[in-house]
Amino acid sequence: MAGPSPSRVFSFRRALRWLALVVLVAAVGFWGARGAHRGWSQNRVPVQEVDEITGIDYVRYEDRFVPGVDFLGGGVAASLILFGLSFVFRPVSSTRKT
Amino acid sequence: MKKSVLLSLFAFASSALVAAPTSFDFKDPKGVNTIQFKLDAPLEQIAGTTNGITGKIAFDPAAPESTSGTLTVDVASLTVPNKMMSEHIQGERWLDAAKHGQITFELAGLSDVQKSGNNYTAKARGKLTIKGTAKDVTVPVKLSYLPGAFGQRINKPELKGDLLVVRGDFTVLRSDYGINSGQMEDKVSNEIALSLAIVGGAPQS
Repeated sequence: MAGPSPSRVFSFRRALRWLALVVLVAAVGFWGARGAHRGWSQNRVPVQEVDEITGIDYVRYEDRFVPGVDFLGGGVAASLILFGLSFVFRPVSSTRKT
Repeated sequence: MKKSVLLSLFAFASSALVAAPTSFDFKDPKGVNTIQFKLDAPLEQIAGTTNGITGKIAFDPAAPESTSGTLTVDVASLTVPNKMMSEHIQGERWLDAAKHGQITFELAGLSDVQKSGNNYTAKARGKLTIKGTAKDVTVPVKLSYLPGAFGQRINKPELKGDLLVVRGDFTVLRSDYGINSGQMEDKVSNEIALSLAIVGGAPQS
């Protein structure tokens, strides 16, 4: 049974590599644009405030997502997996040695 | 005339002698009362806050040594910036909020009191109960007594009353209170740094 044509396999491999690049750029870009936080991802961000009369420093949380190194690592890992997958698909040789 | 002046003076002196300490309520209407906690960890410090603080402290500016009361912290109010981490902290292995929903500090009194105007530094003696384990502790505190500031703080200057601000920085050990004791100490420090900044109000009717 004939497999997909070599040209289809090559274009699929190329697509996977492009996708890997897109995932990598998106992960690094999003991480950088959101402050390049070097700790864990945050679902809420602490904001330090001061109570006027008493001078008490207190923390108020803003609900927003700040990606951390776990997010960056996940993005890089997904990109590497996609890139690695692109090597799994090989064109099936049409001539067989007997 | 002389007799009435003497009687007035006697009455004033008597009332001063039997003056009861004022009870300050630490359930803050502005939600500002906070205890910050920090634990060292390899990637970044685990830093969070708790604002579910309630309780009353009786304080007399003329006799600060006799300051006493109880403060309670709702474990479910412990918050860190990562929601999953908050759930872990409140989970069975760490603080077990389901079984031990409150952290309490029973203040027995102050010692080594130093007064400077309306500011006091002292050592607070009391019993700290975390995750069902009670231990006697002595922690350094700073108190600021703000007479007449109650209404001003909540934008209702017509309300009379006083404020008492309590600040303190101290550490407790996870191992002392069975907080995932002896586990993951390479990832999360045994020492928990606590920073307390709370205000209690005593409205006058």
